[in-house]
Amino acid sequence: MTHPTKEWPLFEVFIRGQHGLSHRHVGSLHAANAEMAIKSARDVYTRRNEGVSIWVVLASDIAASSPEEKGSLYEPANDKVYRHPTFFDIPDEVGAM
Amino acid sequence: MYAQMIKSTGEGVKSLDEMDPQERAFQERINAGGKIEPKDWMPDGYRKNLIRQIGQHAHSEIVGQLPEGNWITRAPTLERKAILLAKVQDEAGHGLYLYCAAETLGVTRDQLTRDLLSGKMKYSSIFNYPTLTWADMGAVGWLVDGAAIMNQVPLQRTSYGPYARAMVRICKEESFHQRQGYDIMMKMAQGTDAQRKMAQDALNRFWGPALMMFGPSDENSVHSAQSMAWKIKMNSNDELRQKFVDECVPQAEYLGLTVPDPDLKWNEERGHYDFTQPDWDEFFDVLKGNGPCNTERLAARNKAWDDGAWVRDGLMAHAAKKRAAKLAAE
Amino acid sequence: MSTPVSAPLFEYLCRMGDNTLVLGHRISEWCGHAPVLEEDIALANTALDLIGQTTLWLDVAGEVEGAGRTADKLAFHRDVWDFRNLLLLEQPNGDFGQTMMRQFLFDAWHLSQLTALKGSSNEQIAAIAEKSSKEVTYHLERATDTVIGLGDGTEESHSRMQAALDLLWPYVGEMFLSDDVDAAMVDTGIAPDPATLRPAYDKLVGDVLTAATLTKPQDDFAHKGGKSGKRHSEHLGHMLTQMQWLQRAYPDATW
Repeated sequence: MTHPTKEWPLFEVFIRGQHGLSHRHVGSLHAANAEMAIKSARDVYTRRNEGVSIWVVLASDIAASSPEEKGSLYEPANDKVYRHPTFFDIPDEVGAM
Repeated sequence: MYAQMIKSTGEGVKSLDEMDPQERAFQERINAGGKIEPKDWMPDGYRKNLIRQIGQHAHSEIVGQLPEGNWITRAPTLERKAILLAKVQDEAGHGLYLYCAAETLGVTRDQLTRDLLSGKMKYSSIFNYPTLTWADMGAVGWLVDGAAIMNQVPLQRTSYGPYARAMVRICKEESFHQRQGYDIMMKMAQGTDAQRKMAQDALNRFWGPALMMFGPSDENSVHSAQSMAWKIKMNSNDELRQKFVDECVPQAEYLGLTVPDPDLKWNEERGHYDFTQPDWDEFFDVLKGNGPCNTERLAARNKAWDDGAWVRDGLMAHAAKKRAAKLAAE
Repeated sequence: MSTPVSAPLFEYLCRMGDNTLVLGHRISEWCGHAPVLEEDIALANTALDLIGQTTLWLDVAGEVEGAGRTADKLAFHRDVWDFRNLLLLEQPNGDFGQTMMRQFLFDAWHLSQLTALKGSSNEQIAAIAEKSSKEVTYHLERATDTVIGLGDGTEESHSRMQAALDLLWPYVGEMFLSDDVDAAMVDTGIAPDPATLRPAYDKLVGDVLTAATLTKPQDDFAHKGGKSGKRHSEHLGHMLTQMQWLQRAYPDATW
């Protein structure tokens, strides 16, 4: 029996671990809806105590930057070196800063 | 390996000079150790090869649940039952991660599943062998997972980002699989005469099929050369097979078991063991569908899929109803 | 340790442990055969929880009995008449709907039982209940979602879920039968009288079945003989034949 089943949609899964870091993308899964996706994410992606909080979002709802824009999006930050603390020389005598 | 005999779609490896600027940039990124991500431009051949390779790898994980699943209900202690179940569950998880990685290349899990069920796509030959005694749970973990790990560890550095990330997760989880297998083998090898006999018998039956997992020699294969240039294959089949033999022989010795190869011996000059090639005729028979369990394995997957159709449809229909009700209420 | 309470307490602990043993075994039969990968993984988690709980219950049972039997000894070396699980749990898996209906009907009882046991006068029992009730809360949530989703899904899924309910309902009553063992547990403050759990169960199950658009069978006839061990179904013997085979065939081996 070949069934013309419509596939469950794809969800992206984000998990926050125990140590206070922000939610991190860990993978994806299929589910009929978001509630089910959260439960399945618990079963699939936290089997080894990986997390204490789960976000799921429909993969098709994610807006992403495009690789062609890489130059215009990210390169302008390259020469703003003064945003990094190592840009500034502070004499050792001043102590930790 | 889990992806044996992947026929590349390319005609050979182009030099950088033969490539148009787009492909050249792509190849240079790979050469420099960069990652290719889903939305990046990639040659059609790269995409097609990856879909086949990741798909075949995923199918192997899923079909690979069956030979070990065969012993879950007969595991001899509660702890062994739990360990084996957790291990086979991991394999389902690994299949899931890999299908998701393949999906980023523009194919659906359902499509890949249909291609597995129709026999169009393959899975690793090793899972067409039967598991006949409890010692087979040891041999599968020790040898089959051991062989898989040989291949999967380098694939963590593969050029395709989603595939590499799936492999990182898989390798992290898989590290307990080989150890649990060897742990079973130790118990068996140190056990009663009957247990020792089971352990030796399992090694006898799985040694050749495990060596076949790496695929036939590909030293002169154009396909492999292209895959290696794309960094979707990291080592030659012979290289990994040799490494596997070199690691397994002392492990077998420790168990007091005999590797079923009368010509196996240490070659001082090469710094490796010399060993007998597995029966490649048998390998090609298994690939053609004539392994001991091909029919049962595919039948089991087809049954699960067909029997599950009403469940997948039912939950989907309910989700649609809920959505509609929510919209109507707003 | 032959205080008057030890015999019924041993019985009671076997009931709890055999329930999780038999159901955990049944669920583990699904591994590799579920309708979709996500469900395969979820079912394995449920089975793993139940196998873990089995070890806890049966180890305590062995201690209480004082004859040196471990959880493994009890699981793998008793025959059908020594098992004290509910008849519901030894029923074959059937289709996925039947498996999830059985799970739901049991989880709803199991959670109320464990919740009561958290206040048990027996500290070991209270501790196991504390740990297990977290796991079972999740089992119940998941089973509830599935029963509702499939009951109120397609025409086919609805009729399959109704058939599963009709088939399994006669096994529900056994969970609430009180006998001498239960009376001894109530007297010593170890466990609740199962009959007292029924109203809340009926309310919960009724609400879920309504949401699932399923009809609760009118007839409350209840099969019995599982928790007392007096008359199991034919299915249990086949399960044990498979489960215990290695231990029985190689009694002097360690694994």
